[in-house]
Amino acid sequence: MRHLLDTESLSRDNAIQILDTAQEMSAVGEREVKKLPALRGRTVVNLFFEDSTRTRISFEAAAKRLSADVINFSAKGSSVSKGESLKDTAQTLEAMSADAVVIRHWASGAPARLATSGWIDAAVINAGDGTHAHPTQALLDAFTMRAHWSQLAGTPSVGGDLAGMRVVIAGDVLHSRVARSNVWLLRTLGAHVTLVAPPTLLPVGVGHWPCEVSYDLDATLDAGVDAIMMLRVQAERMDASFFPSTREYARRWGFDDARLARLDELKLKDTIIMHPGPMNRGLEISSSAADSARSTVLPQVRNGVSVRMAALYLLLSGEMREQATPAPSNAKDNS
Amino acid sequence: MSSPSAAFEEAPFNAASANVSRVVLTAADIDRALTRIAYEILEANKGSANLLLLGIPRRGYPLAQRLAAKLAATDPTIDPQAIVGQLDVTMFRDDLAHHPTRAPERTALPVSGIDNKVIVLVDDVLYSGRTIRAALDALVDLGRPRAVRLAVLVDRGHRELPIRADHVGKNLPTSSSEKVRVRLAGIDGPGAADQVVIEAGA
Repeated sequence: MRHLLDTESLSRDNAIQILDTAQEMSAVGEREVKKLPALRGRTVVNLFFEDSTRTRISFEAAAKRLSADVINFSAKGSSVSKGESLKDTAQTLEAMSADAVVIRHWASGAPARLATSGWIDAAVINAGDGTHAHPTQALLDAFTMRAHWSQLAGTPSVGGDLAGMRVVIAGDVLHSRVARSNVWLLRTLGAHVTLVAPPTLLPVGVGHWPCEVSYDLDATLDAGVDAIMMLRVQAERMDASFFPSTREYARRWGFDDARLARLDELKLKDTIIMHPGPMNRGLEISSSAADSARSTVLPQVRNGVSVRMAALYLLLSGEMREQATPAPSNAKDNS
Repeated sequence: MSSPSAAFEEAPFNAASANVSRVVLTAADIDRALTRIAYEILEANKGSANLLLLGIPRRGYPLAQRLAAKLAATDPTIDPQAIVGQLDVTMFRDDLAHHPTRAPERTALPVSGIDNKVIVLVDDVLYSGRTIRAALDALVDLGRPRAVRLAVLVDRGHRELPIRADHVGKNLPTSSSEKVRVRLAGIDGPGAADQVVIEAGA
């Protein structure tokens, strides 16, 4: 594993290795010294061409907990606003000998371009590109689900997957890179995914995705569900009217108080409610749902740091310029 | 724990005859060495007060568990579960950049924490001393123990750092081209018997 660009190409072994490593990393946050020396002397550049709060802070915290040096770069206030191209920006970073580039870009495929063009020798981690992929978000969602799922089963989460878990992803699938990354990763981990959205907010070709599609949230909930992930309505990407009014959207596809009560009626006491954030309270999720005991919004943020530490560690440690997929080494040598 | 019945099992004939590998400690030898180390630990500590055993994954941890069981057998006030922990040193190694990526193992400390405790680090083989250096760094980030000691099953020499073991199961003169393998029942797959083997270098 040289780069982390999407979850579609992530093998089951690699995905489980990242989640298992994240499990060990999560213990660091509870220690007296919340820092590991593993990436001392390495430089991680956060290259953000698009606004972000939690992803950027989370990557920064993750890199710092591993003792890497972090350089933050946002397109606003940089030479990008003077018209500098991605290539020139990348080569500037290369000249500063960055070891990893965490990139968020409004254009789908920008991280893949950076990773394959030869402009830069660093490991590339996709922190969200256009409407394509957001792999670390999917991994932290899977990490949150796995912790919940293995707790229910009473098994240790390390090494486990999501076999048999019923996951509903509801909302603005069309503009959501989180949904795309989740569908592929959850499929790899053995979960059963149902997408729920108004037909206008489903992308062309969704029939070929490894998931089911429904237009009716209530019917899907009645069929039983273990985790519900509500997606943000991405008004900033909407250049046409995709639904008549926000009230109608909230009533038909939002997770409101009535649906929260319906979960109790259905005796789904272990169903969790997830949201990648930032939330539009009152639109896709009601405040009482977001703040309920079922909500995992804050654990998701907390797990984000552990998962990003794992991704940075697995991509950056190990033999420099390693090309092959790292085998999970199971033994320290006798030294 | 190794069962006494398996303790006298001989090494396979072909393994002993070839000069490729040779058994230097049998299951009974390992058991006796651990018993002696357990008494040494109690003697050096003048009792069992404030004692914690931290095993270094992977084989140091089961050895620490066995030592704790032996301590509990001599001193019934000891709860063997409460004094054993596992200390992962992966992230503190000085060779991370020169080897393929290592997956970190679990660090699990006893609930008492390590502050003001006497820590006995337990590992299978002491060689260059670099693992122990990493372990000392890892300990500093977890708290401030009163003292740190080191118990190893095998000391094979060739130290690269000023580190020495307080309790040694067996001093094993080796050439640096040889490999010392410690096999423990329960870690090295079903049917593996406890033994320490020297393999000739390639």
